[in-house]
Amino acid sequence: MSQTASFPGAGTDQRTTGNTAARYKAGVMKYKQMGYWVPGYVPKDTDVIAVFRITPQEGVDPEEAAAAVAGESSTATWTVVWTDRLTACENYRAKAYEVQPVPGTEGQYFAWIAYELDLFEEGSIANLTASIIGNVFSFKPLKAARLEDMRFPVAYVKTFKGPPTGIVVERERLDKYGRPLLGATIKPKLGLSGKNYGRVVYEALLGGLDFTKDDENINSQPFMHWRDRFLFCMEAVQKAQAASGEIKGHYLNITAGTMEEMYKRAEFGRDLGSCIVMVDLVVGWTAIQSISNWARDNDRILHMHRAGHGTYTRQKNHGVSFRVIAKWLRLAGVDHLHAGTAVGKLEGDPMTVQGYYNVCRDAFTKQDLARGIFFDQDWAGIRKVMPVASGGIHAGQMHQLIDLFGDDVVLQFGGGTIGHPDGIRAGATANRVALEAMILARNEGRDIRNEGPEILATTAKTCKPLAAALMTWKDVTFNYASTDTPDFVPTASVA
Amino acid sequence: MRITQGTFSFLPDLSDEQVARQVQYALGQGWAVSLEYTDDPHPRNVYWEMWGLPMFDQPNAGVVMDELRECRRAHGDCYVKLNAFDSTHGFETMRLSFIVHRPKQEARYRLRREESAGRLVRYTLERA
Repeated sequence: MSQTASFPGAGTDQRTTGNTAARYKAGVMKYKQMGYWVPGYVPKDTDVIAVFRITPQEGVDPEEAAAAVAGESSTATWTVVWTDRLTACENYRAKAYEVQPVPGTEGQYFAWIAYELDLFEEGSIANLTASIIGNVFSFKPLKAARLEDMRFPVAYVKTFKGPPTGIVVERERLDKYGRPLLGATIKPKLGLSGKNYGRVVYEALLGGLDFTKDDENINSQPFMHWRDRFLFCMEAVQKAQAASGEIKGHYLNITAGTMEEMYKRAEFGRDLGSCIVMVDLVVGWTAIQSISNWARDNDRILHMHRAGHGTYTRQKNHGVSFRVIAKWLRLAGVDHLHAGTAVGKLEGDPMTVQGYYNVCRDAFTKQDLARGIFFDQDWAGIRKVMPVASGGIHAGQMHQLIDLFGDDVVLQFGGGTIGHPDGIRAGATANRVALEAMILARNEGRDIRNEGPEILATTAKTCKPLAAALMTWKDVTFNYASTDTPDFVPTASVA
Repeated sequence: MRITQGTFSFLPDLSDEQVARQVQYALGQGWAVSLEYTDDPHPRNVYWEMWGLPMFDQPNAGVVMDELRECRRAHGDCYVKLNAFDSTHGFETMRLSFIVHRPKQEARYRLRREESAGRLVRYTLERA
């Protein structure tokens, strides 16, 4: 691994505040001199750590910029205030302790900042984010800032309940082991009546899928009110269960304008026997933690659709990396999380996406710079999130998807099910047969990454729906360069 | 209809050679293989009857296959499934589970609908 930057962590704790009287003289002073720059500081096991990618304005010293980020995301304001002296202020100041240029990117720097645990309320992502991303992203001396990764101390992790169900219990409830789960989003995503929508659910589940899904923007529109959608979808789910003897589910999107309305929808879904409900990321952190509590109390799986995240996760000079969003969501407590496909139609460098999957599924995430993971993270027994791969994938990519992501993932083929030339049921069967054949072959020791196309072709000889799927989508790939890559280690991986 | 529980239900029934290769894979992962049977594969029937204990220290797929043949002989009119259990911390659950024997006549289930207030329906799955 070629790496120009050395990783921080070694050094001695030193304070640079100097003469106290001079420090608190009224006026403006550099953040570095206010005590927010502590080079060589060794973070305590109980510190929250963040690494930012910052782009200082022309002429702004990167260390001063890092100190400013530490200041503005903890106790500082633009001028000296004497009231600091009524507090144990050194304790509450975040400490920027390391700055390194981003390899190969002029004008950008990684800045490491440590935060005392007392700065955060227990069990509140809203409070955490109000500190860490509350002010600093609009701060004028920086052209841009991006939160790349965070490390949470075990003591803080333990203040969150985490996923209400988790991968292990989800599989035990569904009685499905040894393979990825299969899903599809109902299309067209807007305009179908409840009755026609439920037809798609029934055909897809009977054809072999485990789950179908509402899309992010299907709520309660004039063409289909939410109660109609719930009633028709659950009739479809229950009928498919009876016919197959398998547990099935439809992610009922309960996203609504108020919490009261979300609870009402969640309860109706529960009363109809739905094993799972879904919310969009846009409902906000507090709503997510509340509905997570509801899911825990009512034994439902909670599916999270990351609607809107691309507005702040995609451009690597500014915003919040999705690996941080994934960490916050695991703490906040969701069971399913859309985390990318690497090979599909949506943004995602393969190794970066694998990093998100590891954040969701590890019991202990090891530092892995090539996958964008800056820190070891002990998850302290908090349950694991099932990642979801969705968007522009089809049966012909089955070997790549299993090779990249393993068993604990939901593979969602929306167009790749509903767009099948012989109908939805055939589309679902093609995906299920391709999946099972590939798992069987992998377990027998075949090299699926290289032999995958051959395994699919052989399987298709005795499965007409799969043959038709492979024929229809054989040339579909989305090979574009990724916008978001880790950069700490200069490797670009291509799907 | 075919009961499609288990990892490989959408493939043609596996031959004994294919089953043995999956067992070998499971043993290679350090998982304990077990057999269970039932005449009622209702999706909520979690506890099938155990054919002995999980084979915790079994390095040999041949022995598992002998047990499978015994189980099939004794319960030919039942469903038999083969499970592989992983005791690794953070899993401590099944990692593979698939049907290895079906009765000649597959079980059938039907939906009982009990209409309730409004258009709410209470669903129950029962043996047809």
